[in-house]
Amino acid sequence: MSATPRDDARDRSVILSVGVDAVFHTIVLFSLFLLFAGHNAPGGGFVGGLVAGTALVLRWADDGVAGVLATLRVDPTTLLGAGMALAAVTGVVPLLLGSSLLESGLLEIDAPALGKIKTTSALPFDIGVFLVVLGIVSMILRTLGDDTDAITDAAPDEVDR
Amino acid sequence: MTALLLFHVAVAAAALAAGPRLGSRVFYVAAAAPAATLAWALAQTGGVIDGTATTQSWAWVPELGLTIDFRLDGLGLVMALLIGGVGVAVFAYSAAYFHGKARTGYLAAVLTLFAGAMVGLVLTDNLLALYGFWELTSVTSYLLIAFDDKNGSARAAALHAILVTSAGGLAMLAGFVILGQAAGTFSLSAIVAEPPTGTAVTVALLLVLVGAFTKSAQAPFHAWLPGAMAAPTPISAYLHSATMVKAGVYLIARFAPVLAVVGPWQPLVIGVGLTTMVLGGYRALRQTDLKLVLAYGTVAQLGLLTAVFGLGTGEAAIAGAALLLAHGAFKATLFLVVGIVDHQTGTRDLRRITGLHRTLRPVFVLAAIGTASMIGLPPLFGFVAKEEALGAFLDHSWGGALGGAVLVGSILTVAYSLRFLWGAFGDKSMRELGNDPVGPDAVGPTWTWIAPIAALTAFTVIAGLVPDLLSALVLAAGRAADPALDGFHLALWHGVNTALLLSLASFAGGAIVFHYRRTVRRLPAVTPSLDTAHLYRRGLSLLNVVADQVTGLAQNGSLPVYLGVILLTAVALPAVWLVQAPVPWSELESGPALLIVVAVGIAALAIALVRATRRITAVILLGGVGYLVAVLFVIQGAPDLALTQLLVETLGVTMFVLVLRHLPERFEALPLRSGRLLRAAVAAAVGVFMTLFTLVATGARVAEPVSTEQVARALSDGGGRNVVNVILVDIRGLDTLGEITVIAVAALGVLTLVRARREPEEPAAEVEGPLVHGPDAGAPTTESPGVNP
Repeated sequence: MSATPRDDARDRSVILSVGVDAVFHTIVLFSLFLLFAGHNAPGGGFVGGLVAGTALVLRWADDGVAGVLATLRVDPTTLLGAGMALAAVTGVVPLLLGSSLLESGLLEIDAPALGKIKTTSALPFDIGVFLVVLGIVSMILRTLGDDTDAITDAAPDEVDR
Repeated sequence: MTALLLFHVAVAAAALAAGPRLGSRVFYVAAAAPAATLAWALAQTGGVIDGTATTQSWAWVPELGLTIDFRLDGLGLVMALLIGGVGVAVFAYSAAYFHGKARTGYLAAVLTLFAGAMVGLVLTDNLLALYGFWELTSVTSYLLIAFDDKNGSARAAALHAILVTSAGGLAMLAGFVILGQAAGTFSLSAIVAEPPTGTAVTVALLLVLVGAFTKSAQAPFHAWLPGAMAAPTPISAYLHSATMVKAGVYLIARFAPVLAVVGPWQPLVIGVGLTTMVLGGYRALRQTDLKLVLAYGTVAQLGLLTAVFGLGTGEAAIAGAALLLAHGAFKATLFLVVGIVDHQTGTRDLRRITGLHRTLRPVFVLAAIGTASMIGLPPLFGFVAKEEALGAFLDHSWGGALGGAVLVGSILTVAYSLRFLWGAFGDKSMRELGNDPVGPDAVGPTWTWIAPIAALTAFTVIAGLVPDLLSALVLAAGRAADPALDGFHLALWHGVNTALLLSLASFAGGAIVFHYRRTVRRLPAVTPSLDTAHLYRRGLSLLNVVADQVTGLAQNGSLPVYLGVILLTAVALPAVWLVQAPVPWSELESGPALLIVVAVGIAALAIALVRATRRITAVILLGGVGYLVAVLFVIQGAPDLALTQLLVETLGVTMFVLVLRHLPERFEALPLRSGRLLRAAVAAAVGVFMTLFTLVATGARVAEPVSTEQVARALSDGGGRNVVNVILVDIRGLDTLGEITVIAVAALGVLTLVRARREPEEPAAEVEGPLVHGPDAGAPTTESPGVNP
């Protein structure tokens, strides 16, 4: 997360850089809060994914595509695929247990130190949604945010050819 | 019966797997499938003859009333014996024919699947299942005709065949649905037992007939069958002589009792059948490719079969069943013989082949017997069957006319049969022989080629000499048309009667026509208007032109046009009902004053937006509109919606900015004032419509809103206090799953297109480029493809 492979390049705004570093982890933490709190309070996987996505957008504004990819450490398409798989599996598991598709069950976990945690089997589904949204945002940043050809002004007509 | 079909699938899978190791011997393995059909059919013979139809049923889609019903009666048994018997011979022959060829496993697998579909077709008692099997035979036949897939004409022939037969199949399906609705059941046996009546049924039967005529290559749909000779010869022998093309005949035989009730279709079936017989016979006389002689001969024989079954009487059904068996045996024999001639001499052109009756003596003897059966010479089974058919025609009320037409067809049959035998095996004079003759030094094939043909010929001879062996079987088949039939016996000798005299006349006439064969060759071809192959090509190119134009019109590449069409459609369709609905003005309540402030703000931003000339300005103003809408949600107490709206707008503006970097800074001004007015009109229409729609919709509620229960059950069933989230992940969870799938697929597609377009110079493997490019590695487009940064 501290990887900043573009320190030497271009006129990078120090204020932006410091500002992004300051809020980045807070935003990510907030997105996780939205994800997990979403079942009982405003939030959820979709919103959480969007918030995490804005964190990546900030990272991109400061550090470009390389910064985003270095922050993620996994390929964006892997995120997308993992999210789809998790959501689909969560949907199908109740079928195998004899319930209907996506039917959710309540879980209560007695965790040491944290006390009783109540959750539902819909949580993995929401995590899947979160990953899909995050994957898509990072894929867009990777593809459209690659500003190399915008800088070199390889003008649209040249690219078009 | 289900087990038999599943066995075919299993054998096909095994053949596919074993193909590379076994080579052409894989056909011996695959022969287990038709052998099983044959053995099973033989085992059922006793029960069927006693009059007990075997049935089996299991539910397929119970919600739609779709069941897979199997029912074995006499007619189905005759077809099953044909499919199994000819199948074993063809599969065994194929093991010799395809020796050393590539892709034998694939071929054997598809052929086995075809055989399975065919068995299903003749055993099922459900019209919809019959349609399914029908199309399966079309598809597998397509794959088999196009087996030589590097040959353009083979692909074209396969396309012709599948287009014609599946177009007919669709007509047939429509007919089946109408019939099923009229009868209240899709059970074939129930419909035949108590035929529905009415105009709809009359139309339905016509549609069913279209299906039958296309499948059985009846005029004017016959042109695909000669083209299908592009398939390897054993395939043609199996599909295009003995089995698939008989499916249409089988269907007519099934429906004959119903057809006989509905007046106009009986003359149609008989007329088309006999026309096809004469047309096919005439064309067969003019071919120089031995296989095409047989192909047109098959068209003619199918015409005869169609006409016989079209008579609809029990006697005709018996004769038809006998003809089915006789034709299957001798036509498969002759096709397989052509395969040998082709293989041993390298050509099927009868103008180049001479003297094979000496060099390929055993093959010649078998071919002569097959030809004699095709002509209808005693004491072969072809003679027995044909006498029965002639008798059935003569017993009909238009006996004289029908007898005359069949006589003409038979004369042509005798002539082209003689020409086939002479063309393949005869000694030819120099005048009749073209360049580069072959034959005198041909080498005879091994017994693996001959044994299957000999087995088929043995059936032809034995069934001819002792036809009574088959009496009970064809009688049982006849009961499909007339359940009261009884006490019937096939016989070789009926004494001197009209049918025999007609046969003798056809022998004499045919011999004369054959003698003047060179004169016949100079006669004009059938008029072009009857040449449906030509019509097919014209129709196909017309279809392509129309498709091009429709695509050009509907997808002209203009985003404003697409958007306009979508918006106007969305407005126009509901607006028809909307104008009749009252707007509940009296029920409207005033909201907080803040709402009005926000609404005015939204309107102001929107007006500024359409007046913006810079793209970036427009995008930012659009984002502003979105933020203010989020404020509306907050005021109305929907924090989830507001949060989502804010985030989506934020990310949306960001994505817009990313894209804008590749676009010109300013919008191009619309050149025409009329274009601007048009857009304004569309926008106004959508705005007015949406406003009215919202007003009407809120006032139109009569039922208890579903949200009441959703709120009530969110905690108890979904385990969450946030009802919005419970709806998303639980109550409407499947919707959410669908949505994330859609956006994932859309994102993958769009982004792949963007990258493919941006990196046209790089090879496909480098598409992952941006992952490894450092930002300073320079523009990807300027790099040489070989450099790996």
